[in-house]
Amino acid sequence: MSTRCVIVGAGHGAAQLCASLAAAKWDGCITLIGEEPHLPYHRPALSKTQLDPEGDHALQLIRPEDFYHANRVEFLSGTIAERIDRTARCVEAGGRSIAYDKLVLCTGSIHRLPPIAGMNLPGVFTLRTAADAAGIRHAVAAASRVVVIGGGFIGLEVAASLRKRGCGVAVLELADRVLARVTSPAVSDFFETLHRGRGVDLRTGIGAREIRKSEGGMEVVVSDESTIACDAVVIGTGAAPNTSLAEEAGLHVDNGIRVDAWNVSSDPDIFALGDCCSQHHPLYDRVLRLESVQNALEQAKTVAGVLTGHPRPHDALPWFWSHQYDVKLQIAGVSHGYDAVVIRGIPEPGASFSAWYFRNGGLLAVDAVNDAAAYATGTKLLKLGARPDPDRLKDSSVSLKEILQQAKETEHA
Amino acid sequence: MPKVTYITPEGERVVVEQAEGTLMSAAVENQVSGIDGDCGGVCSCATCHVHVDEAWTDKVGPAGEGEKGLLELEDGVEENSRLGCQVKLTPELDGLVVRVVGR
Repeated sequence: MSTRCVIVGAGHGAAQLCASLAAAKWDGCITLIGEEPHLPYHRPALSKTQLDPEGDHALQLIRPEDFYHANRVEFLSGTIAERIDRTARCVEAGGRSIAYDKLVLCTGSIHRLPPIAGMNLPGVFTLRTAADAAGIRHAVAAASRVVVIGGGFIGLEVAASLRKRGCGVAVLELADRVLARVTSPAVSDFFETLHRGRGVDLRTGIGAREIRKSEGGMEVVVSDESTIACDAVVIGTGAAPNTSLAEEAGLHVDNGIRVDAWNVSSDPDIFALGDCCSQHHPLYDRVLRLESVQNALEQAKTVAGVLTGHPRPHDALPWFWSHQYDVKLQIAGVSHGYDAVVIRGIPEPGASFSAWYFRNGGLLAVDAVNDAAAYATGTKLLKLGARPDPDRLKDSSVSLKEILQQAKETEHA
Repeated sequence: MPKVTYITPEGERVVVEQAEGTLMSAAVENQVSGIDGDCGGVCSCATCHVHVDEAWTDKVGPAGEGEKGLLELEDGVEENSRLGCQVKLTPELDGLVVRVVGR
């Protein structure tokens, strides 16, 4: 009998796993369980084109419907996986018991909701699914006033998209700067200036205390007791791994379902990939839990490799992107834990620049703002494990080509 | 809408009669091998790398700056390399032939 692979969660990683198994002509059968009514679709668009007045609001499927039919993927839409029975090796979902030989958890992440009163009021949105984006789109008109709680990537992308719609936007960030968790002060500064320049009322070091109805609509009470009148609120305060199913099944969970280099969990027949899992990364020599499309795709390829008998450990260099207005941020690597950062170029609106992060002299990551060449060079240097001279990087009279050349020569020396 | 021919890394010719969107999205829609479009078409991933047939390079035009940066990271980059997501399919491109580079 052919191998039965059950995939829980229908995001990017799940679609990639189906695609990689199909490409390898894997002869097992796949059941894909998704909570939403849709086949896997491109999620980064939810905070961007899905909210953009000129955007195409049709969901962009990662693979067309025909692909799933052609590759005999049984898709259970609108279905919640309720329980894993590891002894019987089956998943209980939608009133059915679905047997597996290999189970892959791609359950993604869930909102980390702040303790704010009034979160359940109509007009308060989170943004995780196509339905959430549609809800925001329908709730806000050009003249609406929206308060975005949280100045991370999602919050800032939502702010940019809503400004494009003509909405009045306020962003509240509890930390003393936006993107504090993922970038350096210079890059945070740049994004704060960018948003303020586009008319966003961006406030840092300030939290929301309560959301309540008011005569004209609603209002957000902030930590200094002042209020901001608005018509809608979008919460973008971060995500936590969706591990409840795994925890109930007794799998090892520690800030995500802990997996080995082959994305195998503490049960050899259960894999986990994407936002929901944490894994030791060989380049950074520590456990990472990444929330990114690329990470989910790479880990899906790793799982497919194991299932098709060509195992290859996951060691891909992480990368990320964000679009806000006409600014494109590309990040190669993970800057967390850096002890030095140098800025190449001038971080001001309209310019292109990059931030280079080091730890003990080794390059950790680069943030490239409208600077594809810096992103490309940074990626190459990181893959080489290079230790470029920060002073030369800072000096824009030294070309990136020269810096890369020197790194290659050092490696070969 | 134009007719586009994709020559896959395996050498198969896939003809899309009424190609819509971009070189990337039309390829994904028609399951052309070697084009993944991982980032959804926002010039961020380079999984839609093609070589434009020499007869068509003028009409398709050269890669933009952001595109060049991503192409730098790819194998098999030539003068006629483009990322499919950055090529909008217009009636003028009827008959276009591209070779999919794949990974």
